[in-house]
Amino acid sequence: MSDDSINTGRRYFLIASTSAVAGVGMVGAAIPFVKAWTPSAKARALGAPIRVDIGKLRPGEILGPIPAWRGQPVFIVYRASESVELLASDTADLADPDSENADMQPDYARNAWRSRRPEIGVYVGLCTHLGCSPKYYGAVQPETFDPDWQGGFFCPCHGSRFDLAGRVVKSVPAPDNLPVPPYFFETDDVIVIGEDEETA
Amino acid sequence: MAESNAPAPGRLTGPLRRLVAWLDERMPLTETIEYHATKYYAPKNFNFWYYFGVLALVVFAIQILSGIWLTMSYVPSGDGAFASVEYIMRDVEYGWLIRYLHSTGASAFFLVIYLHMFRALAYGSYRAPRELLWLIGMAIYLVMMAEGFFGYVLTWGNMSFWAAQVIVSLAGAIPFVGPELMEWIRGDYGMSEITLNRFFALHVVALPLALAGLVFLHMVALHHVGSNNPEGVDIKKHKDPQGVPLDGIPFHPYYTVHDFMATVAFLILFCAIVFFAPEMFGYFIEKPNFEEADPLKTPEHIAPVWYYTPFYAMLRATTFPLFGLSAKFWGLIVMAAAIVIPAILPWLDRGKVKSIRYKGLLSRLMLAMLVVSFVVLGYLGTIPPSPTATAAAQVFTVLYFAYFLLMPWYSRVDRTRPVPDRIP
Repeated sequence: MSDDSINTGRRYFLIASTSAVAGVGMVGAAIPFVKAWTPSAKARALGAPIRVDIGKLRPGEILGPIPAWRGQPVFIVYRASESVELLASDTADLADPDSENADMQPDYARNAWRSRRPEIGVYVGLCTHLGCSPKYYGAVQPETFDPDWQGGFFCPCHGSRFDLAGRVVKSVPAPDNLPVPPYFFETDDVIVIGEDEETA
Repeated sequence: MAESNAPAPGRLTGPLRRLVAWLDERMPLTETIEYHATKYYAPKNFNFWYYFGVLALVVFAIQILSGIWLTMSYVPSGDGAFASVEYIMRDVEYGWLIRYLHSTGASAFFLVIYLHMFRALAYGSYRAPRELLWLIGMAIYLVMMAEGFFGYVLTWGNMSFWAAQVIVSLAGAIPFVGPELMEWIRGDYGMSEITLNRFFALHVVALPLALAGLVFLHMVALHHVGSNNPEGVDIKKHKDPQGVPLDGIPFHPYYTVHDFMATVAFLILFCAIVFFAPEMFGYFIEKPNFEEADPLKTPEHIAPVWYYTPFYAMLRATTFPLFGLSAKFWGLIVMAAAIVIPAILPWLDRGKVKSIRYKGLLSRLMLAMLVVSFVVLGYLGTIPPSPTATAAAQVFTVLYFAYFLLMPWYSRVDRTRPVPDRIP
């Protein structure tokens, strides 16, 4: 025990084990700070479902002022019957015409109209590119961004285009169709946005 | 009391000499002043381009001072933020001046830093032994970009809101974790007061602290390796018997006086903008920002402030998916790469000389091309998207990257001229 030479092996073992324990402690201490950034109870409560009356909506129109769900704009469009037919047939330019990306809509909206009823469409009005809110260009007429426009949504930020079912056109910055929120018809004229009928 | 071995406090006499001696025994006061100013030998041939480091410090001081004063009247709440900015502008005595100093200061900061970075590119200031200095500078630039972004959101105008929405959505492009990451950054399902509050904390506390620390390290690293100069020659190779570089002059008083003049000239221009064109025709403060944030109404045309537009143009120019990953994700990658790629310049440059003065035509053309690309992309980032603009942005994005990625080749084959041993 009188040997006062340095036991380097033991010294390194002590340094390494102390560092490892301190590292675990640091990770543990970081958890509250990271968790504090997730949505608070207040934010979650404000994200509750909303009811929207579409009784006054007419063919070719979009509901305005746009209702908000979870602080996000929601588009409710009443498609004219010509548009409804066109959506099923005119799909050549679309990136995902058959809604194959299952994350973007509930199962009941995986059809040509991406909606429960062919004429009423409900979409989260935020471009899947970088979250700007696209503008509604419902009329079939030449537009500056597309001379052969068949009606739909155009995002002024980066030029992404969507058809009237919120399906994204090929070769635009947006990668996905507009999301369809969970919703159901409570009565003929009242839509509940934020939950499915099944879970309500 | 016996003479200490601390450095003699210069030519001071009387009580001041005793005070400095007292301080010197307790902290390295005179030693620090000598190391960083009176015995810090800078090359004697600094030109116009060497003003911008000092001017960046001046602007940093303006931002800290005006920022502290703005915080006294600003309210970081969803209902109160926009109104409190209007209150500062109309009701607080000289509030308009303090706010315009801060908003103009943000643009001035980036202008000065871009010119400072151009100087480093032209004279090869990033090269050995200044690689670490360059990396610390790049870190400062990144923190500044974040700081500018968070500050821009705080006014809670409609452009602030939607620009923040776009930038936060960039995180959503990261595969697998994107949507959760976006929610974590915002602390809500969309941009809200909760997001505003945390951006406020980052803007006024976290990032200024980080900036101050990094600026300190930048200066420490600079004064350790010494300043480069327009000739790109090492002044430490030739010293007099006292160890003073023959081509160096003490930073104080020579460059302090020199830089003081530049600071006065800069402040005249700066005040002219603050007083006569603080909005700079929509380039410093954009018109939609005079309208309060509206989560349901995107402005007709979203563009960031001018200092981000070159990178924004590159983001928009990425319109095609590749390797099964979306165009949106590649846009994020291209933009991030464009911002950080200058960091690896010290290892891309294989040239025999540092300064543009001794480089050949090829290097000069490439640098000119970089500057043109950067300015054109900056313009394209401010205009609404169109097929022509997108195509142009794609071409200039390629040219921008070509400057960096082809550098290992062209810097080696370029015809260089012999560098003199000393500053001519």
